[in-house]
Amino acid sequence: MSLEKTHPKEVKQILSKYPPEQKRSAVMPLLYLVQREEGYVNKAAMQDIAQMLDITETEVASIVGFYTLYHDEKAGKYRMQVCTDLPCALRGADEFLNNLCGNLGIKVGETTADGLVTLEGVMCLAACDKAPMFQTQGPDGIKYHENMTVDRTLELIEALKQADREVK
Amino acid sequence: MAHVLLRHRDIPDINKLDVYKKNGGIDAFKKSVTKMQPNEVTDVVKNSGLRGRGGAGFPTGMKWSFIDNKNWPHYVVANADESEPGTFKDREIMESNPFQFLEGLAIASYAVGATAAYVYLRGEFWQVAAFLDEKIAEMEKAGYLGDNLFGTEYSLKIFTHLGAGAYICGEETALLESIEGKRGQPRVRPPFPPSFGLYGKPTIINNVETFTNVPPIITNGADWYKSMGTADSAGVKLFSLSGRVRRPGNYELPFGKTFRELIYECGGGVQEGRPVKAIMPAGASSSLIVVDDKVLDTPMDYATVRTLGADLGSASVIVIDDTVSVDWIINKTIHFFKHESCGKCTPCREGNYWMQTITHRIHSGEGKQEVVDLLLYVAKQMQGICLCALGEFATMAVVTGIERFPQDFKKVVKA
Ligand SMILES: Cc1cc2nc3c(=O)[nH]c(=O)nc-3n(C[C@H](O)[C@H](O)[C@H](O)COP(=O)(O)O)c2cc1C
Ligand code: SF4
Ligand code: FES
Repeated sequence: MSLEKTHPKEVKQILSKYPPEQKRSAVMPLLYLVQREEGYVNKAAMQDIAQMLDITETEVASIVGFYTLYHDEKAGKYRMQVCTDLPCALRGADEFLNNLCGNLGIKVGETTADGLVTLEGVMCLAACDKAPMFQTQGPDGIKYHENMTVDRTLELIEALKQADREVK
Repeated sequence: MAHVLLRHRDIPDINKLDVYKKNGGIDAFKKSVTKMQPNEVTDVVKNSGLRGRGGAGFPTGMKWSFIDNKNWPHYVVANADESEPGTFKDREIMESNPFQFLEGLAIASYAVGATAAYVYLRGEFWQVAAFLDEKIAEMEKAGYLGDNLFGTEYSLKIFTHLGAGAYICGEETALLESIEGKRGQPRVRPPFPPSFGLYGKPTIINNVETFTNVPPIITNGADWYKSMGTADSAGVKLFSLSGRVRRPGNYELPFGKTFRELIYECGGGVQEGRPVKAIMPAGASSSLIVVDDKVLDTPMDYATVRTLGADLGSASVIVIDDTVSVDWIINKTIHFFKHESCGKCTPCREGNYWMQTITHRIHSGEGKQEVVDLLLYVAKQMQGICLCALGEFATMAVVTGIERFPQDFKKVVKA
């Protein structure tokens, strides 16, 4: 179903940010909108957005491919993205990620067996003074978790699991 | 001394509009719109000596004066992409002192005749963008944004726009492409944004911290601002201090304070009392500075840091102690730049690929000295021929690391 039908208010609000003759500018916010629902952007959604903005589907796909926060494949419900860039690594981020892998029994890039969490290593998130840190990307947007320990991270995963069960 | 930029550290709740207002907020914007001509605003900023805080240090008032008045409409864009590893100052401003930033953006818009302004935030700042949207709505409700401001003809709207995880979108022309709904790849310049910017219209782009300096400059005057800092670099600067210090964080200092004051007085010195081995003053894009007493006592302003063979850039000071080896550092920085190269031009795309492959070999103990020489050669080949500064940035730590810390590479190469 078209976004204009499922989310008329959001679509209108997004389009109102840009001059009417420049509606292509809305492609990124619209992609976020579909991704929030599905966790990734599928082909039908790309077609829908292309049609809405009078651009080709290839153009929309090239945006999804270029920007790392858009995903064209399903992963865990939450992507847990640990910063292992230089400043965080100087404060123990690599060890943190390793320990987390050990505790979850998965490698970087893999998803927990219950499909809840995909663990990833990412570049600087502008929180270098609060390492170890990660962001979670999920249905409720992107959230920062700073000055973390492995124990507190496992607690967070437990809480996400609980919430997930309640929804189901 | 009271903070000029990090005012939330002195005044609780300054992120609430009534508190901001009570503490002199919005006065500068109102004064600009009701009592000053646009070019008078630009002149005050010019005379203040304010230089851009996004990295290049370009004089802000001069940039505003380049706006092409023969082509309309005009736009102003705030660069809130903040993706340089080691930089986390704009985020603190937007989260904790948002109105001062938005007011500065509004004043700049008035100065160049823009009636629409965009804040381009990196996609990870999803929560920050939602927060700014609330603050913008509060300003609209109070009559500080919208139509016919303060009973004049002037109207202004501010919009946020989220990127989606691409460091290159901090480069101003890539950023504009991104707002236009395209892949974030830099444009060939000239023309520069003040004549050909967003949607091909004259556009002024400044960093978040740059805008945040503007309200106090309008309120207190250019001479007040120039009384802080050094002759070369006027005013105050946010230093994002990270790495192996005891108290990492943002520190607001006038230009001209020394690295020693930043690292030891603000940052509490190095963990475990170890010596500082190297400093990267501008994040991962920096040259590596070999640290001795003379370096620690060097005043931090744009011109003086250059005498150490580095740029101050965005003042994201990464502190490295003697437990860290430089081959590990460049392995990290190259990993970053290889990942972030937008692929538009060959030297950067291919150069970063080769630099990563070679660096990885050296770092894992598989390379001989000839391989280190090859890495240096590849990096130097890239210099001066890339389409945008990212290609150049990628080579800085590699070249200065190998040239200034040869012993670290001798230790890891095979005989
Ligand atoms: C690869 C690259 C990344 C950049 N990233 C940023 C950034 O995250 N934030 C920023 O303000 N400027 C960044 N810049 C600098 C901008 O291109 C531009 O010079 C700056 O936003 C101008 O604002 P200013 O004059 O206030 O400094 C970057 C430049 C390059 C080449
Ligand atoms: S130098 Fe690198 S980032 Fe810049 S345009 Fe060329 S490929 Fe893209
Ligand atoms: S290096 Fe991890 S947040 Fe900056």
